[in-house]
Amino acid sequence: MTASSDPTLPFLHLDTLWLQVTGTVCNIACRHCFISCGPKVRIHDLMTVDQCRAAIDAAAAHGCRAYAFTGGEPFLHPDILALVDLALARGPLDILSNGMLIDEPLAQALARRFREAPHGFDVRISLDGLSAEENDPVRGRGVFDATVQGIRNLVAAGMEPVVAVTTVHADHESAQGRQAFYELLRGLGVAHPRVKLIPPFRIGREARRSGGYGPLERLTAAMIDDDSPWVLQCGTSRMVTNRGAWPCPILVNDDGARMGDRLDDALRPCTLGSPACHTCHVEGFSCRT
Amino acid sequence: MSDLSAPAACVDLGQLPVGSTVALFGGIYNNHLALHATVADARRRGAAAVFFLGDTGGFGPHPDRSVEGLRSLPVHSIAGNYDHSIGSDAADCACGYTDPRDNHFAQISYDYTLANTAAEHKGWLAALPHSARFELGGQRVLLCHGSPRKQNEFLWHSTTPAAYIDVLCREQQADLVCCTHTGMHWERRLADGRGVVNVGAIGRPANDGRTCVWYALLHSTPAGLRAELVPLSYDHEGLAREMRDEGLPAEFVETIETGWWTTCLEILPPRERMAGRY
Repeated sequence: MTASSDPTLPFLHLDTLWLQVTGTVCNIACRHCFISCGPKVRIHDLMTVDQCRAAIDAAAAHGCRAYAFTGGEPFLHPDILALVDLALARGPLDILSNGMLIDEPLAQALARRFREAPHGFDVRISLDGLSAEENDPVRGRGVFDATVQGIRNLVAAGMEPVVAVTTVHADHESAQGRQAFYELLRGLGVAHPRVKLIPPFRIGREARRSGGYGPLERLTAAMIDDDSPWVLQCGTSRMVTNRGAWPCPILVNDDGARMGDRLDDALRPCTLGSPACHTCHVEGFSCRT
Repeated sequence: MSDLSAPAACVDLGQLPVGSTVALFGGIYNNHLALHATVADARRRGAAAVFFLGDTGGFGPHPDRSVEGLRSLPVHSIAGNYDHSIGSDAADCACGYTDPRDNHFAQISYDYTLANTAAEHKGWLAALPHSARFELGGQRVLLCHGSPRKQNEFLWHSTTPAAYIDVLCREQQADLVCCTHTGMHWERRLADGRGVVNVGAIGRPANDGRTCVWYALLHSTPAGLRAELVPLSYDHEGLAREMRDEGLPAEFVETIETGWWTTCLEILPPRERMAGRY
């Protein structure tokens, strides 16, 4: 939902193109998912290889710096390695995953691309607790063990993932919490542990879990300054799904935020009309690694 | 945040003939021993002019010695984000780390540099231009600290694709963009010869297990500008001694003595990070 009083943000340059390659289709249904993904959720469907190629080519024509695949769960895509190769030929790539589908052959295929691609390649794996007892109530029964196995497979193949922690447990936000994840990763053989902390976005399924946003949690024009387009990711990024183009990966279920059918329609200022924009502003958050 | 919309300082190199060479270096990080070694090496290799791409302070000992070196040597300087912060007495280096350990060590460097930089030198740092241009052999060269569009933007080899380089060169009307800021040297050229050269840093090693530091020579040739990334050995043991005497963290000294970065690692993209020890 947007209102006429919502501020707009200038668009500086397409630094990052996000592709929701598997739409909202995921093999799990986390209780904090801000876009309510799940096995049967087809708010956005899988993108075809041709759709992805068209978006990546268009982005490269605009000088795009980096690409990122998200979903849903990107490794559900039947042509995921072809998509990886399309992106890595153009620039660096991040894939956001729950890691559960990364078996040994897939890990080997990814690690080979990490070693040989002309650009950087990163896999970011979500893990919201240090144990199954902490993680699985949010992400689902058995998810912790499957995710840890995916991390082990990647490490054994020679690729170290970043771990993304949505801070549904407040103590994970502290320096000690971050350190505990470093130690967990070292125990899994990760020599260069990296952790990205993510604040919960109180929309989608997370709104039901945590109660959503209050009426005053909205951005106003007075909160936007010359530096904002550099800090807020919608100043330098866009998201494409099988249904069109959007300001960012957070707002793809907000029909009011949709910017057009194709990436080129979206390379213009956007409206900061969602309460979720408030979280990006207050937390200084970007989906980028 | 620095303003790069100001016009670049134009440096007139006169009519340097094809075959001429200029030297470019960045990131002194208070390593005054490497500063003097770099300028001497560049002149020995025939550099007709020497350019510094910013970040005088941080990490190493005795900040004033590096500023005094820059002011006395025949070097054209532009500002880095660290010079901007020290020159304006800012509270921190605005490096933007999220990891508390990285912030801890960054603050030690910054507080030490701020406290040990003379007011007169801060004024000199604050007055440095944010970019510079020159022509060499008919090729247009733009010098900046991070990127042409932002002083604190990182241009890493693994994350700077051709499509973006094309945009930078086109928007800046430059054949070659030269930068530093990451502390790691690299070069990527487009098929038509335009490109980006990150000249690396002389203040600390390149996270490669070697104690040498890196700078760049640009050679004007009939086929265009050829960049040569130069490893430079200097008295790193002497620097380590000075750092210990100044009470700087053992983690910083380890980097000088081993060539591996030990702190502020979160800025590294995965490929550059995995190549290091930590």
